[in-house]
Amino acid sequence: MKTTGVGLQAREVSAWYGDRRAIDKVSLDIAPQQVTAIIGPSGCGKSTFLRCLNRMHEVVRGARAEGQVFLNGQDIYAPRIDAVRVRRVIGMVFQKPNPFPMMTIFENVVAGLRLEGGYRSRELDQIAERALHRAALWDEVKDVWKKASGISLSGGQQQRLCIARTLAVEPAVILMDEPCSALDPIATYRIEELITELKQEYTIAIVTHNMQQASRVSDYTAFMLAEADRVGRLVEIGPTSQVFTNPAERRTEDYITGRFG
Amino acid sequence: MLAERKLAELLAPTQPWERRRIVNGLATVVILACAVAAVLVLCLILGHVVVEGIGALNPDFFTQSPLPPGEVGGGVGPAVVGTLEMLAVASVFGVPLGVAAAIFLAEFQQGQSQLATLVSFTIDLIAGLPSIVIGVFVWAWLVRNVVGNYNGFAGGVSLAIIMIPIVARTVQETLLLVPDALREASLALGIPRWKTILHVVLPTASAGVITAVVLSMARAGGETAPLLLTALGNQFFNLDLFQPMAALPVQIYQYARSPYVDWHAKAWGAALVLIALIACLSAATRWAVGRRMRGFT
Repeated sequence: MKTTGVGLQAREVSAWYGDRRAIDKVSLDIAPQQVTAIIGPSGCGKSTFLRCLNRMHEVVRGARAEGQVFLNGQDIYAPRIDAVRVRRVIGMVFQKPNPFPMMTIFENVVAGLRLEGGYRSRELDQIAERALHRAALWDEVKDVWKKASGISLSGGQQQRLCIARTLAVEPAVILMDEPCSALDPIATYRIEELITELKQEYTIAIVTHNMQQASRVSDYTAFMLAEADRVGRLVEIGPTSQVFTNPAERRTEDYITGRFG
Repeated sequence: MLAERKLAELLAPTQPWERRRIVNGLATVVILACAVAAVLVLCLILGHVVVEGIGALNPDFFTQSPLPPGEVGGGVGPAVVGTLEMLAVASVFGVPLGVAAAIFLAEFQQGQSQLATLVSFTIDLIAGLPSIVIGVFVWAWLVRNVVGNYNGFAGGVSLAIIMIPIVARTVQETLLLVPDALREASLALGIPRWKTILHVVLPTASAGVITAVVLSMARAGGETAPLLLTALGNQFFNLDLFQPMAALPVQIYQYARSPYVDWHAKAWGAALVLIALIACLSAATRWAVGRRMRGFT
């Protein structure tokens, strides 16, 4: 199921770890088929917010979230909505590449499909090859993809493998949590290129602490900040070019120009 | 200059009679001695068993039933078969229950629910139960009440009870070692929790699970007390689980406490067979795990 042109609308999303409130009433739109970057200093809640967008936040023991997140008009936090199905449609790539060590490259890519069941092996081969092409990894692994373990690849290749794995289940939205911070500059560059290609088909939200990356890669940028009470809030969101050259908020300007964070 | 002199002192070669080198040498000797002592105990036991028992080994020893004292020949065939059969029964019950308990403790509750605390505590209790007490319990339940006679199935069950805490603890430790990043990766693909555990976490922990099975089988294979009260022992080949069944530890016990010298020799032989059996089981599983891990380039 490929859905294009689908965005996310977050409305008053708050999240807690146990009793501690981490983010407070964040409302913003992730524009369809665009890249939205979420920037901010460490601890501002940007990763927490991202994880609320596909209901991964509640996986942590004692964590909960409130608010609404609309995907295609449907609130994913509505009662009786299955979080598992939500995560199939809103995929996530993590900061540290996490391929499954006991599976080959091929098995990693199709893990999301195989565990759902109902695919013939030729279909799986085709889907996996397509996903690896789209993740710009095919040429490097096509000779060993059914023999080599997922963790036998370099860091940058592992991250592209994780992206291929996410692409294989055909999500509508891809969330990326600092996908390049564990990678070297060349690997980073390739992933950024990949993101620019992917946005033609997918809606992407990327959390990054690297402002240059945000300005290179994204169409919209959201700036979050946790002030004295250590609760993260949205400060402003706008087209990237505008946020970086002419921000509306003083705090944004201070952060961008390096006065803090 | 002060600094230069200190530097010269530090970099000068140390003499053998300097205190630091003597202490270092002494400490090395002491630690080596302790290590050797530990290994020596094992070597003494094994060596003794091998030396005393090797004489009794011959093809008949493995395949034939015991003969009355004084008669030449005979063997521990029934005991070998019985031990293997009861270990199989024990594994059928012990491994799934132990793994299930481990999954529960590691994946779902992680010490924050009353049920988890209770389960954890109970497993520790079972681990601490004297094996003879387990034997008495299984005797009362399965031998006296349910079946009506000594039987191998009860023997297998008593061994299962011994296996459960070992499997549960070892597998729990291994599951806790699987990084959360893998669980998150699986959940983020829209894979439900139970499939994540079964198809991602457990396979990643497979080496630990196999180790747990080997450890528990090695322990259970050598238990004698509960078998005396449940399987009783048998001088003849018996595959029927609901009749008394022979087992190597029991056979060793019977041979050893007899007054007959030739039976004593057979006891050593049986002990050697038991140790060899456990060693083979462990080696075979290690090989299987190694193949699985090295299957990747």
